[in-house]
Amino acid sequence: MTQLLRAEGVSLGYDHTPIIDSLDLEVIPGAITVIVGANASGKSTLLKGLARLLKPDAGQVSLGGRNIAALPGKKVATVVGLLPQQPIAPDGITVTDLVGRGRYPHQGWFRQWSSTDDEIVAAAMAATNTGELAGRRLEDLSGGQRQRVWIAMALAQDPEILLLDEPTTFLDVTHQIEVLDLLLERNRERGTTVVMVLHDLNLAARYADHLVVMRAGSIVANGLPAETLTADIVRHAFDLEARIVPDPVCGAPMVVPIGRFHGQV
Amino acid sequence: MTTHARVQRTRRNRSVVLVLVGAVVIVAAFSLAVGAYSLSVPDLLRTLAGQGTQSENFIVLSLRLPRLTLALLVGVAFALSGALFQTVLRNPLASPDIIGVTGGASAAAVFGMLILGFGSIATSLAAFVGAIIVACVIYLLARRGGVVGYRFVLIGVGVAFMVQGLLGYLLSRADLNDAQGALLWLVGSVSGAGWQDIALVAVVLLVLLPVIRVLSGRLGALQLGDDLATSLGVGAERTRLVLLVIAVALAATATAAVGPLAFVAFVAAPIARRVLGTGGLALIPAALVGALITTVADFTAQHLLPGQLELPAGIITGAIGAPYLLWLIATSNKTGKGA
Repeated sequence: MTQLLRAEGVSLGYDHTPIIDSLDLEVIPGAITVIVGANASGKSTLLKGLARLLKPDAGQVSLGGRNIAALPGKKVATVVGLLPQQPIAPDGITVTDLVGRGRYPHQGWFRQWSSTDDEIVAAAMAATNTGELAGRRLEDLSGGQRQRVWIAMALAQDPEILLLDEPTTFLDVTHQIEVLDLLLERNRERGTTVVMVLHDLNLAARYADHLVVMRAGSIVANGLPAETLTADIVRHAFDLEARIVPDPVCGAPMVVPIGRFHGQV
Repeated sequence: MTTHARVQRTRRNRSVVLVLVGAVVIVAAFSLAVGAYSLSVPDLLRTLAGQGTQSENFIVLSLRLPRLTLALLVGVAFALSGALFQTVLRNPLASPDIIGVTGGASAAAVFGMLILGFGSIATSLAAFVGAIIVACVIYLLARRGGVVGYRFVLIGVGVAFMVQGLLGYLLSRADLNDAQGALLWLVGSVSGAGWQDIALVAVVLLVLLPVIRVLSGRLGALQLGDDLATSLGVGAERTRLVLLVIAVALAATATAAVGPLAFVAFVAAPIARRVLGTGGLALIPAALVGALITTVADFTAQHLLPGQLELPAGIITGAIGAPYLLWLIATSNKTGKGA
């Protein structure tokens, strides 16, 4: 049973510059939640708050009913994992070594590396199709391969709730779909709760069970993609005039921007 | 697939460690056997087993063994200190000899020697305190909502210059003979190693090595950046502070024992990581590389230079380290990772 992750009246910001003011959000267990919003609307900040990377100035983030800030870090790490937008890789690190570091929260003071760790790392690499890259150095890989390796590391951490900050940015469309399919597969097969920030509204609508639309540090819509991605909400959140049509592949709402020239170029 | 890669990596790690241990043993044997009075290998083994003649016992056990032991221990201490600094601050220039931590030890030691007339034990103590003070100053200046590697390094380099200025002032004011003694200390030398120096460094290592072993997992997580480290359950700021304290203690102890052996801390971990080539932390290979550098440097300084000149080991380590520093600066800007 996945523990419930909730933001309860949290205010978040950097160096006392508030970005999010008393926001409430309940992450739906076992679902894929996608957070969308304009630049600087507080999407990443919210994700960091949920992953206790940022201490709330007010309110609290709770996991299983208890304040996440008061729980031991390693214990939280076995339940909630976050893949930052631009993680840092040490020079010359190999793929296996990097994926293996995801196992850290499962290791004790003296219990270092076990065969279970080996199996989970192998499974994570199989799921992300990075097995054949095992001995390669991360810096020698392409952008798409690198992102799959980072996701393998996050999967090796084996959290019940996986948070991802723009996992598809800097990837071409093929690799974006590849990454999202991989996360969908993980969610459907293992029941892993996924919360991610995406920029592409159409991909967000297609992959989300649940969509959270943000503007200026607050949530303006929260629910099924079909209910949240309306022309009114898009106008309000993004200052963008758009028509919403059903996605011909899956029927999810598809946002077609109108633009100043109505496409007459 | 993964398991295979891991097995390969472990095997590579093990063979690198074995080769390094072998090299250290060979250098150690040379250091004990070769000199004005040279021994054959059987004679050396006999002497080490306690069956030597009186003169063999004196030369090997009382003169050469302490010197070798101290060189090995400070090599390990400097190397691990450098490896921790560089890894925690994610910057190859962040080593105690570049950012002024060993410089602080030197200034305090020289101040003790020249102004306060300290003897050798008090000088060591002064060096230790000096390193700690400088490290605290850098940490407090660099701390602004969290310590960032490059800021720590830049402030450290600035502090190092200030310390150099202070040293120059102290030396220029001193009596010529005293100044020469101080200068010798400033180069760093393992000659005249006493068992109390050895015991001090050994005890510090015995306490800190297991701690480093336990913390190495956290260090691995910290390498991935603060966000990911926190996500993996590692308190980034606190872990960094603990690891820096350990690194400072290692550098301070080693400097107190032998003076600031230039560049050992700076080059050991990068060399070990390059040899290993797996991108791992390579703390054990780094420690062995450090021990190898100090022992080879001391042997070279004693026996391999032309003329009957015997130099302090610090001259040799400096001669190795300076070109590496130049190479690092020359290449790091190419890859856009300027210090």
